[in-house]
Amino acid sequence: MIQIEDITKVYRMGKVEVRALYGVDLTIDDGELVAIMGPSGSGKTTLMNILGCLDVPTSGRYLLDGTDVSRLSDNRLAKIRSRKIGFVFQSFNLVPRTSAVRNVELPLVYAGVRSRRTPARTALEQVGLADRLKHLPNELSGGQQQRVAIARALINDPALLLADEPTGNLDTAASAEILKLLGALNDVGRTVVIITHEEEVARFARRVVRMRDGRIVSDEVQRSRTEIPA
Amino acid sequence: MNLKEAVRIALRGLRANRLRSALTMLGIIIGVASVIVLVALGNGVQTSVNEKIQPLANLITVVPSIGNVPGGNPPKDLIDADVVALQDKQFSRSIATVIPATSGKALAETDSYRYRANIVGSTEQWLEVNNQDMAAGQFFDEAQVRSTARVVVLGSAVANYLFGDDPAAGLNKNIRMNRQPFRVIGVLQSVGEPGDGVVVTPIHTARRYIFGGADKVNQIIVQATQANAVPAAEATVIRVLSERHRIKDSAKRDFEVQSLRSRLDTFNQVLRLLTLFTAAVAAISLVVGAIGVLNIMLVSVTERTREIGIRKAIGATRRAILEQFLIESIVLAGLGGAIGVLTGVGLSILGANVAPAFGPTFATFAPAVTVSSVVLSFAISLAIGMVAGGYPANRASRLRPIEALRYQ
Repeated sequence: MIQIEDITKVYRMGKVEVRALYGVDLTIDDGELVAIMGPSGSGKTTLMNILGCLDVPTSGRYLLDGTDVSRLSDNRLAKIRSRKIGFVFQSFNLVPRTSAVRNVELPLVYAGVRSRRTPARTALEQVGLADRLKHLPNELSGGQQQRVAIARALINDPALLLADEPTGNLDTAASAEILKLLGALNDVGRTVVIITHEEEVARFARRVVRMRDGRIVSDEVQRSRTEIPA
Repeated sequence: MNLKEAVRIALRGLRANRLRSALTMLGIIIGVASVIVLVALGNGVQTSVNEKIQPLANLITVVPSIGNVPGGNPPKDLIDADVVALQDKQFSRSIATVIPATSGKALAETDSYRYRANIVGSTEQWLEVNNQDMAAGQFFDEAQVRSTARVVVLGSAVANYLFGDDPAAGLNKNIRMNRQPFRVIGVLQSVGEPGDGVVVTPIHTARRYIFGGADKVNQIIVQATQANAVPAAEATVIRVLSERHRIKDSAKRDFEVQSLRSRLDTFNQVLRLLTLFTAAVAAISLVVGAIGVLNIMLVSVTERTREIGIRKAIGATRRAILEQFLIESIVLAGLGGAIGVLTGVGLSILGANVAPAFGPTFATFAPAVTVSSVVLSFAISLAIGMVAGGYPANRASRLRPIEALRYQ
């Protein structure tokens, strides 16, 4: 379970202070599928960085599975990311010149897991890329790269799957496939948070949190989940 | 993260920029190879000179001092009686053999050629004491020494000049020195310049027909029982001669005792310093190589900022990133070092095989690789990887993931 209490974030750019978050409270239960929406500058990326333990809040508390992770050191945060969080980025962010299967193995490498090849292969099979194991990122289409990224995000069985504009660089068909995949993962109980500015993507989630100017302006559960746009 | 995995990641990083990695390694390769070759050259000279001199290392030569003895009279000549006095000590624990020698320059002539040779008059033991061998004919014997026979043994250069390539060609022919004929009975094997320009004749023969003088000797050659006995033998020689010459103050000694061994020690010391110095100069290029590694690692970290961000996002700790770049740098420098070792050893072996083809003088310079130079220069290249990679790797490990991910 994710519990955020009165979180603020202030960036210091030289002498100017920039407030990105003004006291945000948010609770996400296990197994939810949440979209966080907002225009650029709304603070949604900052919120995602904090949710993903890539950054720490200036004030407030963040409980991830009961652990307060808002005051941890760099190293502890790295361990939390390794064990509890899976990232999916807009620009895929696969490690270049590294095959699909080795990309998927990487979180296991950093978590110190010894047997890696089999779970990595299984994860790629789950996202439908059993025949692309040895391909390099630049030999894969955008949709395929994003599926490798999802397989990589899932390999450590994380508590939270964070997707930052996962369809932003994809065409309509590939976007639909990726959303379908994320939906399927949520159906089997995985907590998924999608950050997006696209209404279509947001409509696909069960719960939509809207942000503006560093605050949450609405948080509503949708009666019915829109079917995936084709 | 285990080491095998880290090395694999490092190698992949280096392969991605083959040319750049190769050029960076070149600095280390040149440095390591030149250190190895230069040390091998110095060592080669030392080894071959020592090999040549070792058999003579137990020789001590006694010569009269040059000029006046400080605060005293002109030096007394060394005479046969001095030799006899020293020969009394023969078969003692330190002294094996004592022989006299007279020497000087003279023209050795045939009808068609003349050669300005180094004439040595000595006894039949000269050949063995000087550790030389015959190329043709025989050395003179005791009877010929006693009978003042007019026989000579030629050095290989003299024989070659007067009678041509075949050492046996001059045997039993006559040469003239000081307008006296001498019969050639033997030719020495070559020992290299300038020892080959010698003409050896029985000592009394030399005195009677060439140099004159009744009992004067230019040199007394003392052969110690072994190289280690040289200091003891020297002490005995000094004691006996000082007594005979009535010298109480060592500063007023009118003869000089020299041993090849002490000269060899000095030579080795000088050569070792010289080798060390040239190796140090070569090591400067290793410093340049290290700067190359540092530079390329900094570039690599900057280029891969985004990759570092990705790795951190999926759980890489600072330490994992530090290790990745440190190992990459060590592999780069270590690989350069290994290729440098192969190049250096290869060049040295090539040199050792080619040098003798250019004659005995060049053979002296045949390089001989030392294990210590190989081990040391390889260790230095690993250390370069560690030191030059340390700063960039540390910088990489401290990158903040969100900033690194934003980097384009």
